[in-house]
Amino acid sequence: MPSLAGLFFWMNIKLENIKKLDVTKPLKLDCGKTIKNFPLAYETYGKLSDNKDNAILIFHALTGDQFVTGNNPITNKEGWWVTAVGPGKAIDTNKYFVICANVIGGCMGSLGPRNINPDTNKPYGLDFPVITIKDMVRAQESLLEHLGIKKLLCATGGSMGGMQLLQFCATFPDKAFAAIPIACSSSHSAQNIALNELARQAIMADPVWDNGQYVLKNVQPKNGLAVARMVGHISYLSEKGMQEKFGRKLQEKADYEFSFNADFQVESYLRHQGYAFVERFDANSVLYITRAMDYFDLSKQFKGGLVEAFKNQKTKFLIISFSSDWLYTTKDNKDIVIALNASGADVSYSEIITDKGHDSFLLNEPQFLKTLKGFIDSMYERFKNEKRI
Amino acid sequence: MKDLKMKKEFKVIADLLPNNTRVLDVGCGDGSLMSLLNEEKQIEVRGLELNQENVQECIHKGLPVIQGNAETELHQFPDKSFDYVVLSQTLQAFYEPEKVLRNLLRIGKSVVISIPNFGFWKVRIKLLFFGEMPVTKTLPNTWYNTPNLHMCTIKDLFNFCDEKKIIIKKAVGVNENKTSIIKKSNLEIRNLFSKVGIFLIG
Repeated sequence: MPSLAGLFFWMNIKLENIKKLDVTKPLKLDCGKTIKNFPLAYETYGKLSDNKDNAILIFHALTGDQFVTGNNPITNKEGWWVTAVGPGKAIDTNKYFVICANVIGGCMGSLGPRNINPDTNKPYGLDFPVITIKDMVRAQESLLEHLGIKKLLCATGGSMGGMQLLQFCATFPDKAFAAIPIACSSSHSAQNIALNELARQAIMADPVWDNGQYVLKNVQPKNGLAVARMVGHISYLSEKGMQEKFGRKLQEKADYEFSFNADFQVESYLRHQGYAFVERFDANSVLYITRAMDYFDLSKQFKGGLVEAFKNQKTKFLIISFSSDWLYTTKDNKDIVIALNASGADVSYSEIITDKGHDSFLLNEPQFLKTLKGFIDSMYERFKNEKRI
Repeated sequence: MKDLKMKKEFKVIADLLPNNTRVLDVGCGDGSLMSLLNEEKQIEVRGLELNQENVQECIHKGLPVIQGNAETELHQFPDKSFDYVVLSQTLQAFYEPEKVLRNLLRIGKSVVISIPNFGFWKVRIKLLFFGEMPVTKTLPNTWYNTPNLHMCTIKDLFNFCDEKKIIIKKAVGVNENKTSIIKKSNLEIRNLFSKVGIFLIG
């Protein structure tokens, strides 16, 4: 295995060669600071039609990136939503033009804590401004402008991607013809915040983290970051799904070792997921992005609450939740439906029955993918008609 | 055959609803009625449906539908948020039909309900002469697997509205392709010869 420093060196070289938009328009962040001339890394799939009526914007989740499908050129692995996006898939790239940008605060080429701070000529680390979901969304507006897209056919995203989407719709009520927020919430619950805090504390407790200064030494607090990822992975699975997948099965051994090695398969799985993650993600980015999620509370931005946030919505919504998701529950998702209903918006809702927990939106879940495809295809027909008239 | 009969009922319901209104179809099934209302009367439709396959079917047709249970989830719709609320042949399947009906009257300015008529002569004969629970085209299930918990007749619903001070704006009896207006004066006869009763109340 190459050293992490070497790995990051190669990642940086590769990151030079991906699509990036230099956003010149200053962006005033919610925290009061302003960023300008910052990079926004993105990827597109498929071809934009002549009358620009087939664009679908995807917002990625906490640990996602712009490489939705095909091969991720940085990690050399499959894109994170290859189950749903690609030629002939539910979001068919033969038919639609798919866009995804790396969120600001992330580490796949968009401005994040690993970038050089122009004031100090050193990586930002904790000098990076605290960002919000709204900041992430507003940064991506520039990309639509750059691509010349006035109105999207559809915008979608799961988990934090769904939160960005809700924010996007509230901020720009007429920029998407249709929207599909998946397995998300309009505000982070105490339990959501607690789990994120657990992830952050794991990172900050790693001495290598060094108050975020590790970037200067080109190292990574990998033990802390791996634990943070393990917390995440537990929350993405359901109790039943985990029991069925692992049970009490032992990892390539006949009996207990009477040690603290990974005796159980579930331990081995978590360790693998944790340590694979440190090779592609930045610990400070986890701090910043989880913070943005915790601060997310759409009703707080609008006097009168969530109903007010969705006032004058032209967008047609489809909300999807998964029955065994305990991170962003069916109730969380239904609350969004209720608010949209109360504001008179055009809203559909489906709960997919599955044991696979929050992760379901990333998996090959036939009922989910069928619903997704049916909605997008029917919306495309309507959008084309509307454009013609 | 079933399809034709369904279409007749839907046609009667559609005739009761003015163009360009806002309609909630509670228990909207695969969206057939919503499609009809949307395409022929430019009605802005919304559906509520429990069955996931039906929900998917509606979504594929581009019809807005919310997956949920009318018995427990009508509270999400604000007061008078629809011009009309339609409930087609499901009133009898609720645990608390009166509570559901009250909710429908809260959500809609008017409500359209249709019921399979237990007072239809064939149903009466089945019970009277054969001593068996009736199985007919309109009531296709046997006693042990029927979703219907509160069967009623056109007369029952008529009297119920009267008793509860719910105004009946119009009532229509449907038998195959024939429809006839139900009034207090012809209640007995319509109760005997209608397979389905459709009430516009509110």
